[in-house]
Amino acid sequence: MNNSVVIDKKFYWELFKSTFLISAFTVGGGFVIIPLLKAKYVDHYKWMSDKEALDLVSVAQSAPGVVAVNAAIIIGYRLAGYTGAAVTLLATVLPPLITLTVISYFYDAFAHNYYVQILLRGMQCGATALILDVGINLLQKELKKKLLLPCLIIFGTFIANYFFQVNIMYLILIDAVIGYLWLQDEKYS
Amino acid sequence: MVGAFCVGGGYASIPLIQTQVIDVHHWISFSEFMDVVAISQMTPGPIGINAATFVGTKVAGIGGAVAATAGFVTPSLIIMIALAKLLAKYGDMGAIRGVLNGLRPAVVALIASAGVMFLTLSLWNEEKLPAVWSDPDLVSTIVLLVSLVLIKKKICGVIQTLVGSGLLSLALHFFIK
Repeated sequence: MNNSVVIDKKFYWELFKSTFLISAFTVGGGFVIIPLLKAKYVDHYKWMSDKEALDLVSVAQSAPGVVAVNAAIIIGYRLAGYTGAAVTLLATVLPPLITLTVISYFYDAFAHNYYVQILLRGMQCGATALILDVGINLLQKELKKKLLLPCLIIFGTFIANYFFQVNIMYLILIDAVIGYLWLQDEKYS
Repeated sequence: MVGAFCVGGGYASIPLIQTQVIDVHHWISFSEFMDVVAISQMTPGPIGINAATFVGTKVAGIGGAVAATAGFVTPSLIIMIALAKLLAKYGDMGAIRGVLNGLRPAVVALIASAGVMFLTLSLWNEEKLPAVWSDPDLVSTIVLLVSLVLIKKKICGVIQTLVGSGLLSLALHFFIK
């Protein structure tokens, strides 16, 4: 567990509140929510380092299940054990549970409402700005290390994922093998 | 009935849920399922959870939604905590360190990829780079740029940005359209 963080009621409340709100206001799948969680946990609250967060997301992505839920669980567990995992899990699934239960009763009206669409579109733009900010910061940090192979992994994975829609599972598998074979040296950590 | 869905929902991605709820259990029709996917994508929250909740509600009301969600996340919970324990114990081993060193840049690339995808989706309503570079959506461009500046200047946090950008977009639509 992370010793630099004081685990008290206030911490649990902040953990629950921030995770709940991010889950409630973020439209889109895993790699949309993850940068936002990172912005909150790492950049704002400084509960963990960039590297630690990326390690945990790597593990979350490699396992079966929804990556956003996996990430929330493992981050919660790392921060505050079983209680932490329970808090982040609950905070991640409650908002969709509430909104979807309500919406499923009158989803035609919802889906075709002009103002709802504009609101969601705007929130998508806000999420985009947040993802770009997190993405650019992480890219800068990785590229600044000037290590050839990690940079190649970034470009290769990006091109394969964005331009060729290669399944993320295969990319993770390939990059894990590359890491196992050539990146065990201390300088890559 | 719902219990069976829990098993099906557990490891699922959308196609897996599809097979389970339509072909195996006949809970909803294919066109209903397409609605589920559309709704799941446009409402907040992880898409898998949204889909599970929606199907659960359709099948068995609120209890169904809770059961579907619980079934959906339980395997994740067990696997993630097991992996977290293994990571804490063996994270320093050369092989594990190597794998993580390979995956970290991969995650950065995937976040960047999601960023570019969302950028074109927000401005041109397309996930890929547009074939023809038409003018981007004016309101979206303004909202995006304002959000970026506010984030960079650390005026807005994550949640203020999300809520604010939605409201700004609504407000702008009254003036521009």
